[in-house]
Amino acid sequence: MHVFSKILRNEYYDSVTLMSLTARLQSQLDAEEIVVVMATEMNKEILLGLGFVASALHEASANDCIIGVISKTNDATILDEVVRQLKQGVRQGDDGHRLAHKTIKGALGDFDANLVVISTPGEYAAREAELALIQGLHVMIFSDNVSIQDEKRLKQMARDKGLLLMGPDCGTAIINGVGLCFANRVRAGNIGLVAASGTGLQEVSVLIHRWGGGISQAIGVGGRDLSVEIGGIMMLEGVRALSRDMQTEVIVLISKPPAREVQRAILDVLRGVEKPAIICFLDGGAPEGLDPNWRFVATLEAAATTALSLVGLQVEEKVVDASFFAARVAEESRKMHPAQRFMRGLYCGGTLCAEALSIARKEVHPLFSNVAKLDGEKLADPLTSRGHRFVDLGDDMFTRGRPHPMIDPNIRLARILQEAADPETAVLLLDFELGYGSHSDPVGVTLDALRIAREIAGAEGRHLAIVGYVCGTDLDKQGFASQCEKLKSLGVIVATSNAHAVQLACKIVSGGA
Amino acid sequence: MGMHNLFGQTLKVINVGTPTFTEDLHLQNVSYVHLEWRPPAQGDAELIEVLERLAPYRAVIESANDEVLRRIKAVTGRLIGVKRARDVIPGMDAQTILHAGPPVLWANMAGPMRGAVMGALVYEGLAKNNEEALALAASGAVRFAPCHEHSAVGPMAGVISPSMPVHVLYDEANKSYAYCTINEGLGKVLRYGANSDEVLQRLSWMEKEFAPVLDAALTLCGGMDIGGIIAQALQMGDECHNRNKAAGCLFLREMMGHVLRTDFPLPQKIAALEFIKANDHYFLNLSMPYCKLALQAGQGVKHATVCTIMARNGFEFGIKISSSDKWFTGPANYVEGLLFPGFTQEDAAPDIGDSAITETMGIGGFAMGGAPAIVKFVGGRVQDALNYSLQMHEICHGENSSFTLPTLDFKPTALGIDIIKVVETGILPIINTGIAHKEPGVGQVGAGLVTPPFKCFRAALVEFAATVTK
Repeated sequence: MHVFSKILRNEYYDSVTLMSLTARLQSQLDAEEIVVVMATEMNKEILLGLGFVASALHEASANDCIIGVISKTNDATILDEVVRQLKQGVRQGDDGHRLAHKTIKGALGDFDANLVVISTPGEYAAREAELALIQGLHVMIFSDNVSIQDEKRLKQMARDKGLLLMGPDCGTAIINGVGLCFANRVRAGNIGLVAASGTGLQEVSVLIHRWGGGISQAIGVGGRDLSVEIGGIMMLEGVRALSRDMQTEVIVLISKPPAREVQRAILDVLRGVEKPAIICFLDGGAPEGLDPNWRFVATLEAAATTALSLVGLQVEEKVVDASFFAARVAEESRKMHPAQRFMRGLYCGGTLCAEALSIARKEVHPLFSNVAKLDGEKLADPLTSRGHRFVDLGDDMFTRGRPHPMIDPNIRLARILQEAADPETAVLLLDFELGYGSHSDPVGVTLDALRIAREIAGAEGRHLAIVGYVCGTDLDKQGFASQCEKLKSLGVIVATSNAHAVQLACKIVSGGA
Repeated sequence: MGMHNLFGQTLKVINVGTPTFTEDLHLQNVSYVHLEWRPPAQGDAELIEVLERLAPYRAVIESANDEVLRRIKAVTGRLIGVKRARDVIPGMDAQTILHAGPPVLWANMAGPMRGAVMGALVYEGLAKNNEEALALAASGAVRFAPCHEHSAVGPMAGVISPSMPVHVLYDEANKSYAYCTINEGLGKVLRYGANSDEVLQRLSWMEKEFAPVLDAALTLCGGMDIGGIIAQALQMGDECHNRNKAAGCLFLREMMGHVLRTDFPLPQKIAALEFIKANDHYFLNLSMPYCKLALQAGQGVKHATVCTIMARNGFEFGIKISSSDKWFTGPANYVEGLLFPGFTQEDAAPDIGDSAITETMGIGGFAMGGAPAIVKFVGGRVQDALNYSLQMHEICHGENSSFTLPTLDFKPTALGIDIIKVVETGILPIINTGIAHKEPGVGQVGAGLVTPPFKCFRAALVEFAATVTK
């Protein structure tokens, strides 16, 4: 054992600094013992006890710093290293960071929030939502797997407090111009939306923007809001709120067809609203002659065009270059082998898939979908091909344990190749969602698969038509124009709306008529 | 208000869950806070069920806790005298030894507490030496009781024997008292289990020479406002648990003239003043009974879930809540911190002492943000200390506007640890404390941070829920 010591005269360091230095040095340097202390009487005693030579210590005072090292090797330079680290100071490491709050109430201590967005695992979401409502905050629940009992309780609580509770399983909202979760960046305007459907809300807001209009508010209420159990609590509240909102001139409701009594309740509330309302219950019937203020529409596209016309923005030409599309459809159709009879829609957006089904039903037969409600259209096994098919890849059976395809479109790639290999496939119908929350380059990650799909079909002497729709605006962060260009560079027909895309696909499989 | 009112406001978002949504809020220049969210109650299904069962009682519990805090804040704590323990402490007799923490059997007592008990028995003349003291302590003839059950508190071993002089604090609002021994200083001292002749001689000097002087001085000045000194010291870099330098100076400054005006011989008065001056922790034994006095006023409010005691005996950590007289205990943790040269973690005793009463009152570790000089005990940074002080608000029912921290823009300290919030968030109270050597008599070997075991809060909440929802 070799004992080294050094006295730094008149250099004061507080004991805590020295203790942390010592702890660090002990772990870094190969020494039996490292002591760095101020030379108080008590510390000198400790040093003596450790075997340091007394004479060196006697002269040191409490204003002197003593470094003592007991080392296995006879190398005194270890003292220099200790001094270096001591002088370097203890202000090392990461910059201190501000406290991250752990609870909603805690965060409110220094942040006057008005909205809470919840995307925790579903089993905890209701609890957080309730704590937010208690604090008087509006809530958007992105999480799914919240029980319907909790949903009802929370929505009643929110209604009684005059608060907005969007969701659960609400993917999209635009509040005060801010896109939440999966929303597109759109112009501000005078059309207010209330939707029980995420991509439905996206598509209507995107089309309104594309054709020159703007959005006042877009409230998502979650897919179960119009069920009998919930009774449309939040859609009713949303309608009431929009009816009082000065910016909103037209109200658009978007949903799958609700239960009869829920529809009645909604119409009862609408009856008291002076503003015109567009009711887009996909696949829903239009009760005739109810109120001149109401327009029932069957598609998302019609919801957008009708809303625009009501605010004085007539959409003269939805499709700018109709002759171009007619030529492309005829060209694609000509190249089809007689066995290629069917279109295959592979959707990331659930409501876009539902709208496609609704439109295609009038044009082609037989058709199947995992989102179908009609018995004859239900797809027993969405993994196998049959007829005209519309698959919602956001369905639980595909997303269990995986991100939603809007976040990670890779989930669709294998399906694209599978459909391409099917000799009956004529048209691939694909949607690409842009906007907040969505993948940064949904087209880009799909391009290789589309190339290979073409090759697979080509190797067997077939031409594969691909119709794509990019649900996005020129303001979206992914770059709408470049996403469309990437598709066009592969010969993909890029449609103007989701409805347009389906119509094009229908024409191709119907022989270009 | 109606939902449409939101439409006129600037959106300010709290994001709970996936952080990816904040990227888009950032892109849109929306101000937001992203929570460091964790499943409630550490994801413990049984505890979540308990929390849900309590949900309908939220308003009742809130107002009960309001009442606890109202009572605590109404307390005025004055040091009015220094008296012999058995003369003032209720229920104290010649055979009673008080100790820190929840009740503990002799067989389970930690090294430092055993050493202190043996020293106290010799000091009282109940045993001639340590050997006899050991036999006596084990015989069952000595009555051991927690200080806390006698309106008293003691740091580390917390041993109070019948002849020891104690600080007497008085609360005018409730006409109640709290007691604490006189701090002996650092090094070889009874509270760390040292019991050599030197230790006992000092105790004897404190009893016979020091206490009468201070008592007489307090009589002359009509008592000293301890809460007021704490409030000032918090503005001067103390947190009044591990750092009491400023409070000690203030106390000495206030007392100096009164001590000198007493009728004792000058050398005795000087010795008394020197004793206070030489001990950086003198004031700890005043801040502790002040906290005890305030918190005991909050005891006994039905349906309240605020902690009124956190204390350790070196074997177990125990808490009490306002609405119950029961101790809820769990095994004491080891303090994480820095050790004096020559000592290792092996030498450390588990967490010990009643001094966590300061944290229970929202100072000590809770006020560390105002005491940047000691934050190195955390291993680091002033920001860590600020964060601790801010974070404690998340588990407290309210705050104490009497105690403010200049480093946090004079934000009041958090007050009223709510066991429901502790269980919900999994955030444990932070305690800033000394480390005792595990063997009796060695003394302090370091200092650092420690938390109570979660088990205490779990047990307290489960029992509380059973009582309330019965």
